[in-house]
Amino acid sequence: MGERLSIKTDRDEQQLFNRRAIVAAVIVLFALGGIGFRLYFLQVEKYDFYTELSKQNYQKRIPIAPKRGQIYDRNGVLLADNHAQYVLTVVRDSVPDQNNDGKKNWADMEIMLNRLSKLVALSEKDLRIFNQQIRRRSRYQATPLKENMTEQEVAMFAVNKSRFPGVDLDRQMQRYYPWGQVASHVIGYVGRIDEQDMKNLNKDEYEGTTYIGKLGVEGAHEKRLHGKAGYTLEEVDAHGRQQDTLSRQEAVGGEDLILGLDIKLQIRAENLLRGERGAIVAIDPNNGEVLALASVPTFDPNLFVDGISHKDYIELRDHPDRPLYNRALQGTYPPGSTVKPMIAMAGLFEKVVWPGKSVYDPGFFQIPGHKHRYRCWKKVGHGSVNMDVAIAQSCDTYFYDLAYRMGIDKFNTYMKTFGFGSRTGIDLTSESAGLMPSADWKQTRHKQVWYPGDTVNIGIGQGYWLATPLQLAHAVATVAMKGKRIKPHVLRGYRLAKDKPEQLLVPEIVEQVKSNSPKDWELVKQGMVNVVHASYGTAKRINQGLQYHMAGKTGTAQVFGIAQNARYDATRLDKRLHDHALFVGFAPAEAPKIAVAVIVENGGGGSATAAPLARKIMDAYLLGKYEDDPVEDGKPADAPAPVNQRD
Amino acid sequence: MITSLLPSSWIRAFQRIDLVLLAVLSLLIFLGLITLYSAVDTEMAVVYRQAINFVLGLLSLLVFSQIQSKTLKQFAIWLYGIGIILLILVLLFGEIKKGAQRWLYVGIDVQPAEIMKLAVPMMVAYFFANKNLPPRLLDIGIALVLIVVPVLLIMKQPDLGTSLLIAVSGLFVIYFAGISWWLIAGAIVLVAVGARLMFEYGMHDYQRQRIMTLLDPEADLQGAGYHIHQSKIAIGSGGFYGKDWLNGDQSHLDFLPERHTDFIFAVFGEEFGFVGNLILLGLYIIIIWRGLYLATQGEDTFARLLAGSLSLTFFIYLLVNTGMVSGILPVVGVPLPLVSFGGTSIVTLMIAFGIIMGMKKRKRIYQAED
Repeated sequence: MGERLSIKTDRDEQQLFNRRAIVAAVIVLFALGGIGFRLYFLQVEKYDFYTELSKQNYQKRIPIAPKRGQIYDRNGVLLADNHAQYVLTVVRDSVPDQNNDGKKNWADMEIMLNRLSKLVALSEKDLRIFNQQIRRRSRYQATPLKENMTEQEVAMFAVNKSRFPGVDLDRQMQRYYPWGQVASHVIGYVGRIDEQDMKNLNKDEYEGTTYIGKLGVEGAHEKRLHGKAGYTLEEVDAHGRQQDTLSRQEAVGGEDLILGLDIKLQIRAENLLRGERGAIVAIDPNNGEVLALASVPTFDPNLFVDGISHKDYIELRDHPDRPLYNRALQGTYPPGSTVKPMIAMAGLFEKVVWPGKSVYDPGFFQIPGHKHRYRCWKKVGHGSVNMDVAIAQSCDTYFYDLAYRMGIDKFNTYMKTFGFGSRTGIDLTSESAGLMPSADWKQTRHKQVWYPGDTVNIGIGQGYWLATPLQLAHAVATVAMKGKRIKPHVLRGYRLAKDKPEQLLVPEIVEQVKSNSPKDWELVKQGMVNVVHASYGTAKRINQGLQYHMAGKTGTAQVFGIAQNARYDATRLDKRLHDHALFVGFAPAEAPKIAVAVIVENGGGGSATAAPLARKIMDAYLLGKYEDDPVEDGKPADAPAPVNQRD
Repeated sequence: MITSLLPSSWIRAFQRIDLVLLAVLSLLIFLGLITLYSAVDTEMAVVYRQAINFVLGLLSLLVFSQIQSKTLKQFAIWLYGIGIILLILVLLFGEIKKGAQRWLYVGIDVQPAEIMKLAVPMMVAYFFANKNLPPRLLDIGIALVLIVVPVLLIMKQPDLGTSLLIAVSGLFVIYFAGISWWLIAGAIVLVAVGARLMFEYGMHDYQRQRIMTLLDPEADLQGAGYHIHQSKIAIGSGGFYGKDWLNGDQSHLDFLPERHTDFIFAVFGEEFGFVGNLILLGLYIIIIWRGLYLATQGEDTFARLLAGSLSLTFFIYLLVNTGMVSGILPVVGVPLPLVSFGGTSIVTLMIAFGIIMGMKKRKRIYQAED
């Protein structure tokens, strides 16, 4: 060994060591105290923060889509339903070794799919999409293999399920429209949620939802129909494997909607228009409920539910009759003579005309000091006409004169109170506002001043004036109610669940149409009754066997301008250039229950083509008569009159 | 009384064991085992293996606590020499596992680096035991060479963590030997400046990148930062009282990697909370302080220097591991002493505690019995 140390040195060394040990002990305390502070920071200060992160780690919210509300007509007939749809899914991790090489890999997946395809038809497209998706997902996640399994395939697979570990049937709800093409423009349809939808919706609520209402009631009442999403909170491990259900919040199904629509009446209306292009709108004037809203041709909404094929869509979109176009809401037409009762009310209100006032009709109207003749439809003229005759016979000259003397400003203001030129506010998507022209509008739109001649044309519902069939039905319903305007609506009521009572919506009353006296309304209504019932009425042909009093007004909207001295000859015109046939009316005249607007595109005269349809709708609704009268003498009792008979 | 019923050599053996240290160590081992039980999802096989490690460790402790300072001193140079040779052999013929050449097969796999954890402080203590203290500059230089040689050999394996810990254990001996505070301060400044200069001018970009990742792992949460991020979540979400034993969701749902080895502290922190952590740190402090106290009671200079160094090295293990797991120190593969799963480390540590106990002055009364 080395040199021996002296006692003194050893004691010094011992003291030196002791000091060093004490310093070390203090350093240990401070250093570990530092760790303690760090732990305090993590576990106490930032506890909430890390708890949140830990939940994000292991908690996975799996949404439960609510059951979409069903849609019924006013009599409880189901219009939109949910059908169970079966989807075949595969969890990759659960597909066992198939070729006995001791490994689970894609080769095993191929073999399994091959075996499976002998039971269930797997299209090339199914497999392509599946193979793309499954490679992107976690091996523990279910990937859809085939949607819309047929009942036979479901049964076939169910029996053999044990032979296919990892493959499962997933039940999903899919929208189904039992009536197919009927009322598709009202009911609308649901479709897969697209990027556009994503922008506007609450992502939490729609996390588990596949479909969203796109059009019609489905679109407009999406909020009520969708319901409230639920979720289960699942515990997952680091690999995304589900361990346990932590909590569960059940979804609340959407509201069942009850429409004012009467599906029988709707079918009748669509059948009446079959082969034509046109629209029929029927409203209950007492509450604004839409009883029927037909736009023909229609389409099958079921095509859209699971994504319409490109071919089908092109076919619908490019069809010359434009079935996707909702004529009742989006179609704007010159209202023609159908608005004469409302114009008469304007004249009475502004005291331009009065009950006893007569106008002499030589067959045309001329603005004082001008040569241009505004022709009455009756070439020889009606002679001296008062308001009753003017409405019943649809005398153009009377209304040219009325409008001319009233002026566009007053005319425009009053007509707007009937709802012309603005959306009725019906609870459906894509309604058009039509157009109620004014001097300002013309200046802005066409950079031209308003000529008195423009007012004259407006006086018979022509010129720039455009209205939707719904606006016409709404306006005539307002006449029926003597100025009481009620917002038209499709939704009559709802119920929160099957076992819950039905809640009816309160009709919304909008701005009233003013009159100087209730008698004015009676006067105009009488004129409309005479349209149908008087021997001189333009629609007298439809009063045969009529069991109630009906008020109406025919109309013809020009599609094609005719030169000053030329004559309209339907036989020489292309069908697409034929006039639109229009009719508005309500019944019973004394206590109106239904107001109707009919338009048949290029249908010719209103009295001949449109009026009979209106009567059939009213017969159906008021008398329950859904069939045509038996054919007599080889021709229906209310067969159309010859087309050259104008109104 | 009871002691008379036992053979006198047994009584001596027990009397040389420091009961305070043994009791606290046992408590820590118990806490470690129940934490391990949770960390391995109640898989008893692993817990049994760890328990066997502890039995071996306790037996080693018992054996080494019998060795007196003067006996151990004689072994120092041999152990150190054999260790160096083995390290060279490892580099020449060692087995490669997990990308590092650390193991030597001599009937069983041994890690010579593990031997150096004891051999280096023993050697340096032995060196200073024969010198006048505080040491001269030259002696410090020689001591540094004794440290650097094995450290470089281990770094080459490569095993950065172990080599640094071994370096530290040697440096602690120099500290206890009484190196001047000025030199310590100077060395610290020198290392800091040197590291900075090295980083700025002496490294390739990829090396710099690695250092950056080491210092700020959470910049890459999917890669290098994943461990530390998950570990902080586990600890932080444990809160004040913890989620209770076996209820740590982060650990049990596999979010926490290496949870029965290097990151077991996070499992403990998640399940036993801040309170549990304070208790655990408290136990460790008692162990370290007791070790330092026993060192001051050392038989001679060698005994004091060795026991002091081993106690502080134990502290450094603890500091590096808890600092890493709680996200304030870089991620280096250092287990939580006596809690992390792993046999070699436990046996080495228990031997170290045996040595610490054995270094204590023998009381006259036992010598009289001899």
